[in-house]
Amino acid sequence: MIILKDLRKSYTTGNQKLDVLKGLSCHVKEGEIVAIMGSSGSGKSTLLNILGLLDGFDSGEYMLAGESMVGLGERAAAKYRSKFLGFVFQSFNLIGFKTAIENVALPLYYQKVSRKERNATAMEYLKKVGLEDWALHLPNQMSGGQKQRIAIARALVTKPKVILADEPTGALDSTTSREVMTLLREINKEGITMIIVTHEHDIAALCDRTILLTDGLIV
Amino acid sequence: MKKGFKINLFDRDRALEILQVFLTNPFRTFLSGLGVGWGLFMIVVTVGASNGLENGVTSDMGGRVKNSMFLWSQMTSMPYKGFNRGRRFEFNNSDTEYLRENASSIKLVAPRNQLGGHRGSNNIMRGTKSGAFNVYGDVPGYIEIDPVKILSGRYLNQGDLDNERKIAVIGKRVLELLYDKGEEPIGSTIQVQGVLFSVVGVYSTYKTGEDAEEDNQSIFIPYTTFGKAFNQGDLVGWYSLLMDENIHADSSAAEVMSLMKQRKSVHPDDTRALGHWSMASAFEEIETIFGAFRLISFIFGGLALLAGAIGIMNIMLITVRERTKELGIRRAMGATPFTVMRQIMAETMFLTVLSGLAGVSLGVASLEGVNTLLTSMGGAGGSFRNPEISLHTVLIALGVMLIMGIIAGILPAIRAVAIRPVEAIRTE
Repeated sequence: MIILKDLRKSYTTGNQKLDVLKGLSCHVKEGEIVAIMGSSGSGKSTLLNILGLLDGFDSGEYMLAGESMVGLGERAAAKYRSKFLGFVFQSFNLIGFKTAIENVALPLYYQKVSRKERNATAMEYLKKVGLEDWALHLPNQMSGGQKQRIAIARALVTKPKVILADEPTGALDSTTSREVMTLLREINKEGITMIIVTHEHDIAALCDRTILLTDGLIV
Repeated sequence: MKKGFKINLFDRDRALEILQVFLTNPFRTFLSGLGVGWGLFMIVVTVGASNGLENGVTSDMGGRVKNSMFLWSQMTSMPYKGFNRGRRFEFNNSDTEYLRENASSIKLVAPRNQLGGHRGSNNIMRGTKSGAFNVYGDVPGYIEIDPVKILSGRYLNQGDLDNERKIAVIGKRVLELLYDKGEEPIGSTIQVQGVLFSVVGVYSTYKTGEDAEEDNQSIFIPYTTFGKAFNQGDLVGWYSLLMDENIHADSSAAEVMSLMKQRKSVHPDDTRALGHWSMASAFEEIETIFGAFRLISFIFGGLALLAGAIGIMNIMLITVRERTKELGIRRAMGATPFTVMRQIMAETMFLTVLSGLAGVSLGVASLEGVNTLLTSMGGAGGSFRNPEISLHTVLIALGVMLIMGIIAGILPAIRAVAIRPVEAIRTE
């Protein structure tokens, strides 16, 4: 599903050049659930952003679902994001003035799905995460665990091939963390490839395997 | 979704998105729209007010025909053909014929004579009642030059002139002063300086203000009768002329003047011997003044509008900055740069148009309010009446506003697109 070959990325701040990824290669198979671990500054968030087409890379190769992601423009990136990827963030990143169902339906809006169909699909996924009764609530009326489940529903609503999760349990207590992980595992069982960035070992332990990053390299 | 460039002017989803964003902070939305609304309000009200003033001034002149001209004799100021300077001369019937035959720019020649008038002694009597009124000797065509409304009976006609009938058309005010209420004036007799005239008609003027009062206190009698009855012979007091409207007032006046100078042996360069006044020049002057008024209103209103548009741009820039995260999330959820740009543009336009329309509506409502007030006070308000603004002007103002809205939206939209999703989502 995901193939990386000698992926490099550096940031330039002022006249200092900072190499973040120094030639990564790896392969994630379809239906796998993989944890990416590493200390802060190891480049794991950068890697996730590149995988999520939210950020570009300097050199190397990135194949997603059999298509090359080299040198994409903003427009093409938006198209592939919409088609292949779902995102789950540490801070949920729900839009505050939109209700739960509107948040879940947003990716479908950008896919130009009709309003009726959008809402029906969004409701279906709210049910899946067990929050159909909260459809008309605003994010600030919900707990952290609920918000993250809304975010997961939003990531699922476009039926993506890959879900990218950046510290999905980072802002949650251990009980809710476990619940969220259980939910992610269930979704994974349905065949969706999942990549989870985390620094918690017990979260990583729930994944099929762990990719450990140190100083921009896989060890 | 088929590929292709399609612009929906109204899209329910997009409209809802915009509303949602604005209702998040309704007070700020209101404040940012205020500038543009105020600008358009100012344009509508000031243009309306100057129109009102113009309407007032033109109606004071009361439907006087624009291509009318008046010609009278004064005193020569230059010696010519053996005559000394300081010579007085008068017009007579042969001059009337001469003008009719020779002046190509004249459509109608109306010689006039006047008796009594302004604060003169009581010259009109009817039974025990008397009053001081202007008495004019006129030809039937004069009503075309200075129209009056015939309230009852009729105006002068050619038969009156040919037969030198002793008949009179009296003004409304004359009727009020010489007759009892409800008394029938038509067929009654009045004495004008001892000569009896039979009343055949009553008129009122179209003018308003001071001129109206003076005008309603006049009496018209046939021009020929006037000469006979008051020993004027064939003398003409002055001429009222109806000019060809296709010829500019200045050049037709010049033709008449030079013809008359030649006939009266006046030096061609003598500017004082003949007096003249044309309505067209007066109208032109008024139009120039009010055109300038309107231009000024437009410039200042436009500047207010510009300030308003800059205000909206400012707010949108701040909004985009504040919504960095939201816009980043939208990008992560599949919004293309174009979609984001369109959203910001649409929000800016929506705000501009909405506040602009509110300003225009409020402005028009204010004008209507003033109008109603003036009407209810029975035409009070002096030289100010019926303030109005044409749809044409409003449309131009709205068009300018639309363009400003587009310009105001460009910078915020570019800023919004420049936001990279990663940076946006990272903002905590």
